[in-house]
Amino acid sequence: MMKVQLFVTCLGENLLPDMLQKMVGILERIGVSCEFPEGQTCCGQPFFNSGFQKEGREIALLWMKMFADTDGYIVAPSGSCVEFVKHRYPKMFPEGTAEHKIAVQLAERVFEFSQFLTNIMEITDLGAFFPHRVACHSPCHLTRGLGVRDEQQRLLRAVRGLELISLNDAETCCGFGGIFSVVYPEVSMAMMEAKVMNIMASNAECVVVSEPGCLINIRGGLQKMNSNIRAMHLIEILAQEGAA
Amino acid sequence: MKDITARIDFRANTQAVSPAMVAATQKNARTALLKRSEVVVEFGEERWQQLRRAGRELRLHALTHLDRYLSMVEENVIAAGGHVHWARDAEEAHSIVLDIAMQNSVRNIVKVKSMVTEEIELNHALEGRGIRVYETDLGEFIVQLAGQRPSHITAPALHMTKEEVAALFREKLKVDAQPDPKLLTEIARQRLRKEFLTAEMGISGGNFLVAETGTLILVTNEGNGRMCTSLPPIHVAIVGIEKVIPDWESAAVMLKLLARSVSGSKITAYNTFITGVRKDGPREFHLVLLDNGRTQILRDEIARETLMCIRCGACMNICPVYNQVGGHAYGAVYPGPIGSILTPLLIGTRIAGGLPFASTLCGACSDICPVMIPITEILLHLRRRFVEGDDFEGSSISGTLKAIAKAGRYVLGSPSLYRLGARMGKIFQAPLRSGDWIAAMPSPLDRWTMARPFPAFRGDFRGWWKKHKNAKDISGGKAS
Ligand code: SF4
Repeated sequence: MMKVQLFVTCLGENLLPDMLQKMVGILERIGVSCEFPEGQTCCGQPFFNSGFQKEGREIALLWMKMFADTDGYIVAPSGSCVEFVKHRYPKMFPEGTAEHKIAVQLAERVFEFSQFLTNIMEITDLGAFFPHRVACHSPCHLTRGLGVRDEQQRLLRAVRGLELISLNDAETCCGFGGIFSVVYPEVSMAMMEAKVMNIMASNAECVVVSEPGCLINIRGGLQKMNSNIRAMHLIEILAQEGAA
Repeated sequence: MKDITARIDFRANTQAVSPAMVAATQKNARTALLKRSEVVVEFGEERWQQLRRAGRELRLHALTHLDRYLSMVEENVIAAGGHVHWARDAEEAHSIVLDIAMQNSVRNIVKVKSMVTEEIELNHALEGRGIRVYETDLGEFIVQLAGQRPSHITAPALHMTKEEVAALFREKLKVDAQPDPKLLTEIARQRLRKEFLTAEMGISGGNFLVAETGTLILVTNEGNGRMCTSLPPIHVAIVGIEKVIPDWESAAVMLKLLARSVSGSKITAYNTFITGVRKDGPREFHLVLLDNGRTQILRDEIARETLMCIRCGACMNICPVYNQVGGHAYGAVYPGPIGSILTPLLIGTRIAGGLPFASTLCGACSDICPVMIPITEILLHLRRRFVEGDDFEGSSISGTLKAIAKAGRYVLGSPSLYRLGARMGKIFQAPLRSGDWIAAMPSPLDRWTMARPFPAFRGDFRGWWKKHKNAKDISGGKAS
């Protein structure tokens, strides 16, 4: 049986617990057995990317300790956290060290949710039903960082009743950027507003934002504008069962 | 950029930008990007990626053997009757140019657009000695007239609309200017005609230096570059030492990459090749090779690749931050993503350490860069320099910030403290929370909520997981 270690991410765990439950639901529905390494906290990216590389490395070591002794794939609902583990961890430690070896092994096991479904499990149709007009934002680290461009669309196209709507500047950053959003809040806001304007102009009822940080940014932006458009993680759409 | 001695406050600068300037920046940047992507599609995506890799390889190769190629340039320029000068910094470059000007009683200078002369504030130094300097590139002419700094490295007046330019011409030149680019160019041409004919010196930068022949390559769109480097009796070219490429084969690669990345043309309108003194050209040719901090950057293994830049401007056109704030907010000569790495490398993170943070690390710049500079990597490297300090500079942040980071690391570094923190978050948010949202957070997180509400901490994944797992274990789900 295919086994997956849940990498829930700190933003996911604390702000989007329903989405995580749905992720477990989908994985189990397709016959994957899930495990949850309970010692996990954060991958260290917020520190590392803010210039606190030493602290970032220390948190990374803890993450590595929590996952190193597990087996199977490691799956997260975030392209950003996955990219950090996949691409950054191996560069954090000098080649030849034990840490580097573990980092490389973990990097090979870790996948973002839509990547895992389409590329590892080779599943695109989960039998979901969602009769709405849906636009899809392309989060930066998922799209450019991990090169996940088509996977989300393929999963969405297989959803019954769903009409996929094109979104202008879908690959332009939404302005989240981690620490950026509090260091330069005005610029972050302007970028978020540009994104929200494009979403509102798309005539969609829902926008898919499969990245916890970007999701809370765009969801908050839509809320502030009193928009009825719902920002959802891809998982939340794929979990919608119902009439065919 | 020696005039910049106070910390660049990017946040404050962005607040001073007018919405009209942002709108013009977005419109013009988008036009350039669209044209670029059209020619890249026509060229073929796969072939384009090959060309980028080739460009990257040869720029890296040239930088690794800079000493060898620079001596080749020097030798070949001298053999062709030109003079070569080495300038360690802006001051040395100033005095070299001033000396040449004084010896030849130069009163008027015509200039081709050049970022490196902006970097060393050459106009200022020349004007200080009573020499008149005329920028002849239309965009430079406009920003000079407006008393501004270029807001973009290839399109200096990118932040202005044609209406604004017409108004500027009416005010400063006292002419009847209409908002039509052709007519505006004509007005500038007429203005500059006399200067081209009377100037005793022409000054240019340089896009590339071809080592095998000692040839300076100048790429312009308006033909003004050709006039500046052929009509006046003396031509001084000031070029950063990193601009060397080995040979003409490399030049072919670089020119293809450059023209397409700048403005989506297959070839730039005017490619001028200058090798020393020509029969029909100026009687003197001087090449000033400028270091101004570049050898220092070369020593930095991660930041080194910044020097591969060919100043195409594509990274700023695509940058979502640049597109919201325009070029002036970067507070220095080089704006946008390349500016966010180059400026702190040239003048230090103590002054420019805020710039590497003016990025969401979205990666669009590295993706579009024709020589594949890993801009995000270098941004992270400089953030670290600013925060932790490294072999090149000490830390520039306060002890308070460091203490906060330590505390954060302590909590996230301990699974039990982390879980406790999450529980406390749920308790402390209660008075702030309304429904699913927190409309206003205390400082410093009010910087988030000033833009959009924060979602309330909700639910309990760990609690749910325990129950879920127990239920599965009992129903035998685990064994299936
Ligand atoms: S960094 Fe790359 S994209 Fe930006 S100006 Fe330089 S060459 Fe062009």
